[in-house]
Amino acid sequence: MDRIPILKFGNALLVTIQVDMHDRLATALEEDLTSKIVDANAKGVLIDISALEIVDSFIGRMLDNIAAVSRILDADTVVVGMRPAVAITLVELGLSLTGVKTALNVERGMALIHARLTTSESEDDDAEE
Amino acid sequence: MTTQKSEKVDIRSSDDVVRVRQAARTLALGAGLSLVDQTKIITAASELARNTLDYGGGGSVLAELVEVAGRRGLRLTFEDQGPGIADIEVALKDGFTSGKGMGLGLGGAKRLSNEFSIHSKPGEGTKVVIARWK
Repeated sequence: MDRIPILKFGNALLVTIQVDMHDRLATALEEDLTSKIVDANAKGVLIDISALEIVDSFIGRMLDNIAAVSRILDADTVVVGMRPAVAITLVELGLSLTGVKTALNVERGMALIHARLTTSESEDDDAEE
Repeated sequence: MTTQKSEKVDIRSSDDVVRVRQAARTLALGAGLSLVDQTKIITAASELARNTLDYGGGGSVLAELVEVAGRRGLRLTFEDQGPGIADIEVALKDGFTSGKGMGLGLGGAKRLSNEFSIHSKPGEGTKVVIARWK
């Protein structure tokens, strides 16, 4: 079965969705990411959806689930690169992805994840003092 | 009304949902819909195709490029011979689901289309027609 590749990038995982996803592929990604977060001790998950022409309620729910599960596993999820037409359609569909952090592009998404890492590290330092 | 181009897609597996999206995209381009309108109708098609598969037990869609009084548009007719819907008003409400979904499919597809009609009787299947005009 096809799988969407998950790349490790520092302490973040990077997923670039480049195909029109069928439902099984989406479910497999959800499962793969969950185990990879633990294996790689990842603190952040970046999902690039700039190649996706549509996000329907199934894919929207997948993104929501990934964000919720990774939060429980102490990793932040940032969805980047959503096309404007997709954003308009999602809102009209009734999905506002409230549980998912978003950024315009990969660079800004990485910055979001790193910002959170530096804050939590300095909190740890404070605790040690 | 004239039909300029049409394609029928069977909906039997989740791969077919992808095929329905592709058929809708091709015809939406042919109808000259704007990018936002294309995205809306393809998303609506995806929701309805999944409904056909998950709740109707499979079926088919007829995708048509139609022209009425010089206006082009895309019309999609989804049909299944599944259990049907007892209360359509309730099924159209956001958040209502009889299955594992989020309950956004029918209501969402209606909001994303210019025209929407649904005919269903318990035990006799469901037919949903949507259209988006240029």
